[in-house]
Amino acid sequence: MRNPLSDKIIEVKPSGIRKFFDIVSEMKDAISLGVGEPDFDTPWHIRDEGIYALEKGRTFYTSNAGLKELREEIRKYIERKQGISYDPMKEIMVTVGGSEAIDVALRCMLNPGDEVIIPEPCYVSYVPCTKMADGVPVIINLKNENRFRLTPEELLDAITEKTKVLILAFPNNPTGAIMEKEDLEAIARIIIEKDIFVISDEIYSELSYAGDHVSIASLPGMKERTIMINGFSKAFAMTGWRLGYACGPEMILKQMIKLHQFAIMCAPTTSQYAAVEALKNGEEDVAMMREAYNQRRRYLLHAFEEMGLPCFEPGGAFYVFPCIKEFGLTSEEFALEFLQKEKVAVVPGTAFGDCGEGFLRISYAYSLEDLKLAIGRLARFVENLRAGKE
Amino acid sequence: MREKILTIIEKNSKVDLKELAIILGEEEIDVANEIRAMEEEGIICGYHTLIDWEKTSIEKVSALIEVRVTPQRGQGFDSIAERIYKYPEVNSVYLLSGGYDLLVTLEGKTLKEVASFVSDKLSTLDTVLSTATHFILKKYKDHGTIMAKKYEDTRLKMTP
Repeated sequence: MRNPLSDKIIEVKPSGIRKFFDIVSEMKDAISLGVGEPDFDTPWHIRDEGIYALEKGRTFYTSNAGLKELREEIRKYIERKQGISYDPMKEIMVTVGGSEAIDVALRCMLNPGDEVIIPEPCYVSYVPCTKMADGVPVIINLKNENRFRLTPEELLDAITEKTKVLILAFPNNPTGAIMEKEDLEAIARIIIEKDIFVISDEIYSELSYAGDHVSIASLPGMKERTIMINGFSKAFAMTGWRLGYACGPEMILKQMIKLHQFAIMCAPTTSQYAAVEALKNGEEDVAMMREAYNQRRRYLLHAFEEMGLPCFEPGGAFYVFPCIKEFGLTSEEFALEFLQKEKVAVVPGTAFGDCGEGFLRISYAYSLEDLKLAIGRLARFVENLRAGKE
Repeated sequence: MREKILTIIEKNSKVDLKELAIILGEEEIDVANEIRAMEEEGIICGYHTLIDWEKTSIEKVSALIEVRVTPQRGQGFDSIAERIYKYPEVNSVYLLSGGYDLLVTLEGKTLKEVASFVSDKLSTLDTVLSTATHFILKKYKDHGTIMAKKYEDTRLKMTP
């Protein structure tokens, strides 16, 4: 038989957390701090709207770009939050999670050989999706001393003649880093000058703890060269509903909607009705969850300080990214030993790029009670490692 | 800061002061002072424990009693409410809008005990016009806490 597979897919590496996932799943009594989704249930009034949509028999396709009503609510929401005005008929599309939007955007924007600048550590899908779209990933290794923000110098160094797209993902998974307005302004100047485009994955925008999130698309001259991606998963605790959206210039969106139409048809109808309710009446829920995450974030940072584990203060998402270089173990070795000895799972920083070496991603999408238990074990583990070294 | 403290201790009055200060990003002494002030001002009225008595072997009967009364000149409902809330077996007394005036909740050891409180003490008060007693059969949710189910984390243990 011939090889049924494409060379491209063979070249794509499997996700770095797969191995850990398998071990943790086997361990019945393990505590996991490895989850990348909220611990809250979707607020009841949102679920109720989903149930209501089913009861009413709203079980058919919606238009390819998404329910008109939902796109209109997205328009209002972005105008309210970011001060950017998108035309809901031409510049907004509803997708199956932010993930689909990333994939579709890359596939619509890249020609073979086009370079995509991807600052790492970052979410796991950007590199594979770039490769599947015949793009060439160009990695920037972000630095702890810059609090994992992208600096203009780093960006300039990475740009070549072939650079087409920069992927920006702030607040960031896995580091929790944010980019503030001044940081973005410095980057935007270069982007405009070098005539490149931005895919801005802002899925964690609502989980910003140092003032409101600023989108790069809100800066002068940037709306026309940015695909802004967001969704309902993190802000409204709706991961399983699989609903996101992309906003951007009509010229690009038109093609993205075309591809989406052929590949997906439309995002799940039930989820779209629920999402309308989320945007109309979910503001308080978001604030409640943000406050809870923020409390946990403060707790963790304080605990690391007491342990003497260096960790920059993350301004967003629900992750902390402490440095474990002092122990002379790789991230994977540390995580594996920690899991075996203390039965707590964390994700090695290397799952999000080579420059994640020496770091761990710890999620605080857990109750304070769970965090206390797990962090107590981390403190003991760290202490034992230090004692062993002496 | 007050609202945040109250939101947390309403759910968990056992929270450690030091921890409370950490998660709120405040100084411990400030949090302690704020709590003391709120106790003195009567904003914080007590630190109770939510108990699901059904899971114990201790027998308890709870009832809600709707009470219609004649308000008294110059005192409205306050003095009749006071006469009722002074009974130690009474848990709570609310003045309501709608079809009746006072909602009284109380706990007794047996049905008979509750019944005799209503017939002997409550109904015989001068200003009480009528009562309607409802016995609680099951508590599904109390003080924002669902009694029936325990939280179960059904998420995948590791996701990117």
